[in-house]
Amino acid sequence: MQLLAERIATWLGMEGLPRQAVVAGVVLVVALVVATVVLTIAGILTWAERRVAGRTQSRVGPNRVGPLGFLQWVADGIKLITKEDVIPAAADRTLFRLAPYPVIVGIFAAFASVPFGQKLIAADLNVGVLYLMAITSLVVVGVLMAGWASNNKWALLGGVRSAAQIVSYEVPSVLAALSVVLLAGTLSLQGIIGKQGGWPWEWYLFYNPFTFVAFFLFFTSAVAEGNRTPFDLPEAESELVAGYNVEYSGMRFAGFFLGEFANVYLLSAIATALFFGGWQIPGVTPDMQAASPVWQAVGVGLFALKAGTGAFVVLWLRWTMPRLRVDQLMGLCYRYLLPLSFAMLLGNAAYVWLVPQWAAWVVQGATTTVGLAVAGVFVRRVFYHIRHVGDDVSLDLARGESGTFDPQLQVRVYGAFRRRHAGDSAS
Amino acid sequence: MDPYIERSPDGAVAIGTLDSLLNLARKNSEWYLLFATACCGIELMQTGGPRTDADRFGFVFRPTPRQADTIILAGTITYKMASRVRLLYEQMAEPRYVISMGSCANTGGPFYDSYPVVKGGDLILPVDVYVAGCPPRPEALIEALMLVQDKMAREPWLRKARGRWPDPKDPWPQPSAVLGSCAAAAKGPTPKG
Repeated sequence: MQLLAERIATWLGMEGLPRQAVVAGVVLVVALVVATVVLTIAGILTWAERRVAGRTQSRVGPNRVGPLGFLQWVADGIKLITKEDVIPAAADRTLFRLAPYPVIVGIFAAFASVPFGQKLIAADLNVGVLYLMAITSLVVVGVLMAGWASNNKWALLGGVRSAAQIVSYEVPSVLAALSVVLLAGTLSLQGIIGKQGGWPWEWYLFYNPFTFVAFFLFFTSAVAEGNRTPFDLPEAESELVAGYNVEYSGMRFAGFFLGEFANVYLLSAIATALFFGGWQIPGVTPDMQAASPVWQAVGVGLFALKAGTGAFVVLWLRWTMPRLRVDQLMGLCYRYLLPLSFAMLLGNAAYVWLVPQWAAWVVQGATTTVGLAVAGVFVRRVFYHIRHVGDDVSLDLARGESGTFDPQLQVRVYGAFRRRHAGDSAS
Repeated sequence: MDPYIERSPDGAVAIGTLDSLLNLARKNSEWYLLFATACCGIELMQTGGPRTDADRFGFVFRPTPRQADTIILAGTITYKMASRVRLLYEQMAEPRYVISMGSCANTGGPFYDSYPVVKGGDLILPVDVYVAGCPPRPEALIEALMLVQDKMAREPWLRKARGRWPDPKDPWPQPSAVLGSCAAAAKGPTPKG
């Protein structure tokens, strides 16, 4: 286990100073840099979420602040700083003030061992997966503190729901991640990425049918752990006004908010590292990448691309899926995800134990083919629906005479109407 | 008088730039409370919908008053509801703004003669912008939200936060004057003869 901090200290030629002092100083700087990067990512994700929501709902989304409204998150952040920090009179003041910090610490500390690139990792822990799963559990503490300290029934219900949900979904998510650990034989995230390759058939996603299923189990559980729709019961507006953060305003609310969005990126980054080959470039071995700064940069970009795609899918899910009920949520976890993830773990163990190498190659190829075919069919369907979006619904009022309302343009099957009159002039 | 200079005994201190930067951020992130008392609420929901997309300007709804900047009095307010509306307003974090939407919230509207109806939202809350209509179209509500943006942009936020505004010796464009000029601008030139 070599800390990035130690490497930087050596590079700066600061061996003369007391080693602990140098390391502590550099650790602080690195922590600050990582926190800033994570804050930026979380902020950009809030903007991305609103743009995705706009597209999904036939709207535009924020477009006034900066190009395509890109600086919307900066405006929101500054606004939240200037707002009053309300602490309800009946609240437990100490706990209320402390509550956002475990959430922020839990998420941000996890980024310490996220492998953004082959050499771009703050601390490559040899217990990386274990560390990630353990440190993100701090979020439960913060959420429960917020729910309890607010002295508000909605907040308390939201906090308790969130705790139950995170603790429950932790199990399938860890078991699904264990499948990968079993194959790689290491808990270190860099080690796991090193065992994979750049091409899709070298990813653990397509290693065998068990890991293929394990990925979806992991992703579902991770989305549920992050309290994202369709599992956002702790924040369900229709039942609990805003969940555990109902009494929070200003910067303390921003803490919860940024934590949630940083978590979206975190879960995509972990999924990328465990199942999608991380920073591995197709056709480039890790040794080649280590030798060249250009390949390093490409690797970092590739990781960001994969993780960004994962984050986009999470946002997309949020605006597509309706919310589950509480009993459905727990039923899904304990009756389906948990036994399935156990089965996948045992299946992987048996696979490693029983299947010879030549058969493993065949299985890997077959899984890749089937997996890519499924992905292809899915993407084709998505694009089909995007192309034909106007066929069922039209929001276009102003296509008749200029400024007049033409009820015929409001017919439900607008596409059919449009096709029928494709050749007509505006008469 | 230059509104961007704050005067101090030992010369002028320019804090206008920071103020306008803060105000630029504040006005582009105006979150409104998801709250309605009557039928104007339908138009309030439409305002966030696809045709008049309020999110373009950074107006998003928040379900909890703690995180909202603007409360929109959408609809008839009864005497029984009045105390709850007041409570919601008091739960909001400062700075906070109030929009009175529709005839009922402005004056009591068609229910003016009814015994349980509050004869105007400004009897219980300090209203910043009134929107006419029964109910107003979503475009009108967007305009009201943008008028609140104008008001935010002209506020000396730093001085206000330090309790130095309003100051009779340093007259800042008062909100009423600002809105009056906006209304005059919206009305356009007076028709002749």
